[in-house]
Amino acid sequence: MRIGIDVGGTNTDSVLIEGTRIVKKSKTTTTEDITSGVRNSLIEILPSSVKDLGLDAVMIGTTHFTNALLQRNKLAKTASLRLCLPATQMLPPMVDWPEDIKASVKGYTYLVDGGFEFDGREISTLNDSQIRKAAHDMASNGVEALAISGIFSSVDSSQEQTAAQIIREETPHIRISMSHEIGRVGVLERENATILNACLSTTSESVVGAFREAVDGLGLGSTLFLTQNDGTLMDADFATKYPVYSISSGPTNSMRGAAFLTGIQNAIVADIGGTSTDVGILRNGFPRESTVAVEVGGVRTNFRMPDVLSIALGGGSIVTTSPIVIGPESVGLQLTERSLLFGGSIMTATDIAAAAGLVDIGDKSLLSNISKVDVDKALKMMNYMTEEVIDRLKFSSDDIPVILVGGGHFLIGNKLKGASEILRPENGEIANAIGAAIAQIGGQSESIYSLTEMSREEAVSTATDEAVKRAVSAGADPKTVIVVELEEIPLTYLPSNAIRVRVKVVGNIPDIS
Amino acid sequence: MWQVTEEDLISISIGAGILGTGGGGNPYIGMLRARETIRQFGPVKVLSTDDLKETDKIVCVGGIGAPTVGIEKVRGKQSYDALVALEDHLDVKATALISNEIGGSNSLEPLIPAAISGLPVVDADGMGRAFPEFQMKTFFVYGVPYAPMAIADEKGNVAIIPKALTSKWVERIARSITIQMGSVACYALAPMTATQVRDTAVKNSLTLSKRLGESVRNANKTKSDPINAMLKVNPGKVLYQGKISSLQRKTTQGFARGEVTVDGSGDFMGTVMTIEFQNENLIARIEDEVVCVVPDLISIVDSERGEPITTELLRYGFRVTVLGFPAPDLWTTVEGLQVVGPSCFGYEVDYTPLDLT
Repeated sequence: MRIGIDVGGTNTDSVLIEGTRIVKKSKTTTTEDITSGVRNSLIEILPSSVKDLGLDAVMIGTTHFTNALLQRNKLAKTASLRLCLPATQMLPPMVDWPEDIKASVKGYTYLVDGGFEFDGREISTLNDSQIRKAAHDMASNGVEALAISGIFSSVDSSQEQTAAQIIREETPHIRISMSHEIGRVGVLERENATILNACLSTTSESVVGAFREAVDGLGLGSTLFLTQNDGTLMDADFATKYPVYSISSGPTNSMRGAAFLTGIQNAIVADIGGTSTDVGILRNGFPRESTVAVEVGGVRTNFRMPDVLSIALGGGSIVTTSPIVIGPESVGLQLTERSLLFGGSIMTATDIAAAAGLVDIGDKSLLSNISKVDVDKALKMMNYMTEEVIDRLKFSSDDIPVILVGGGHFLIGNKLKGASEILRPENGEIANAIGAAIAQIGGQSESIYSLTEMSREEAVSTATDEAVKRAVSAGADPKTVIVVELEEIPLTYLPSNAIRVRVKVVGNIPDIS
Repeated sequence: MWQVTEEDLISISIGAGILGTGGGGNPYIGMLRARETIRQFGPVKVLSTDDLKETDKIVCVGGIGAPTVGIEKVRGKQSYDALVALEDHLDVKATALISNEIGGSNSLEPLIPAAISGLPVVDADGMGRAFPEFQMKTFFVYGVPYAPMAIADEKGNVAIIPKALTSKWVERIARSITIQMGSVACYALAPMTATQVRDTAVKNSLTLSKRLGESVRNANKTKSDPINAMLKVNPGKVLYQGKISSLQRKTTQGFARGEVTVDGSGDFMGTVMTIEFQNENLIARIEDEVVCVVPDLISIVDSERGEPITTELLRYGFRVTVLGFPAPDLWTTVEGLQVVGPSCFGYEVDYTPLDLT
């Protein structure tokens, strides 16, 4: 038995799965404190006694961090410290960030001496007093989180660690993310991902803590996992430190869930939630991954991520009339208090759908002030927004099946330009939770191998064996483990050729296979 | 005459990536550097080779080093420092700058010192594509002096090579200096005259890269096929389509060498293409048959979006289209092939021009 939970901005969905059978599901409202919402959701699917449940794991997927970035919401006041001078100063940290997100994280940047050459020589030695001075400046600016990125920290991480130690001595309260733990070679993209991680670090503690409280409070006593952007799982401690890895796990889960529910392996999947709609392409049952640098909230990173476009359209999107504007603001988890249907004063996309008779919730008599013209215009606008994003994802003019999942699927009509058919699978409103419940266990290894002692093939197979071993020890069924990523990077110009090999494998938890 | 604006930089960097045939460094970084410089100093004037005056002193600037390093230790204004060092050494002032290679980030390199110093750039370059070695420039094949040369790093070091026996010697010495500088540096070369540029440069290449980039961007905007759009701007052919199934790399003697294997799809199903690269893609074979070889251009692009993929960004699983374009005429002469023909890269095959049918 496994439990998959999707904690969205508006709804929390849970599903209890045995093998491939959906035993029980629930949909509840996400609460401000998160804990009680997850708890409520779990109570609905759990039998009266959890003792004999035989629960293997609880997997949580959350769009919390993605939404925080999209809405520029509750982002920590973040600084970026780059260990680099005199190199790389023409392109300072956040040089390619959109102004609005830069402004919302404040974006204090500090360039100091440091960094390594590709061969491990220092570009310059760390300057203790420069770093302490930067720390004081951060403290006086009220900086809450810091990203430390050193040139070639992937070759030698010691400077990043020393710099972090110095900063901790001066300002112990600042949460620190180090780039060598986040990304790979390519300083701008790695630094960007590290800054994103840092600006999420204040919320990650409270959010993951809230998940743990809910699960432990019910005496489930099983391992808590969060899903990552590649569809694999990470444990709760890891997730607290690396919230950025959960970015885009929502779309991955909903696409995997949509494939599971429909049996369709190639389609567009649109997941319409309370705050946003994520649209991606399924290819052979897996999300198509982007081959180019991926933007998160307009920021370029070098993560391997599903090729997903997000728009601020969801059940809670605020609708204003004359002219019709939908979103980007959403009432989010206050839908059942602030929307017209529930006696509130704010017109939402859900109010529009209810007025059109597309969904039957709340008190329709409260919608009498919405004119039919506005309802038609708003519905048309929502379809148009979805068609636009589908069109941007497609690379040929051929029509393709469109699977609508998520709690807000009723916002979209039955005709969309570019769609060969529109499917709304049963249980599609909890596709996210299902995708989380069927998530796989991953294993990674990364090491440097000297090719004077072994062949390239031996190096690759040694690295692969290690990754497989890790996946299996984390609970993967050895028979199902496959290599999903294999990267070899030449390390030096030395005559004794050395390569860095990075392998990633995934496998199923035994009862799923 | 036209002006390079911030908007043009995106198109040029895409086009330069295609002409870069996998090498020449990450055009995105070059684009950002040029953008930051143009934002600070203003747009850069582009002169056609016909606009040049006989009194002009045209200096070629470029980056040298390993692309894998260049995406981590990103360059700054080293090419400006190299230009100034060269001017001081020779006691002359440059009147225009020219790119050494249109492929990759080097296409944009002259824009940085040009914006800083207020000089124009010439719509031409010394390769019409990208090549891994310094001596592989049309300028040198047709008699332009290759020394003195100034090299600058980001730390403030400058080296001058006042004299060298051959351009190959300049390459050897410059590469050793570059490795000591941390594998990323920029250089400036002895000034050329207008006649030398007209006779020995690949012309209109900045305009070509801009138009190639625009064709890809427009195709993506209008949902039409970016591959066709590119082939209309720059005649060539689709050599292969498929998925990357294996990748082998090693860095030897200062170059990222390797081989990428593509499993065919569509018309190419059931066959395998292998492409060998030394910074740039050099030879493409379907099974054992050579279908395109240097100096003709072999470009790997994303099958769906048409965007170029440089060798350091190649990864297992990518869906790619491999394009072939004919080399500029200056390269397919006897003299040209002696410098950049297949044998210069260790391939025992004769150069046969790309079959466009």
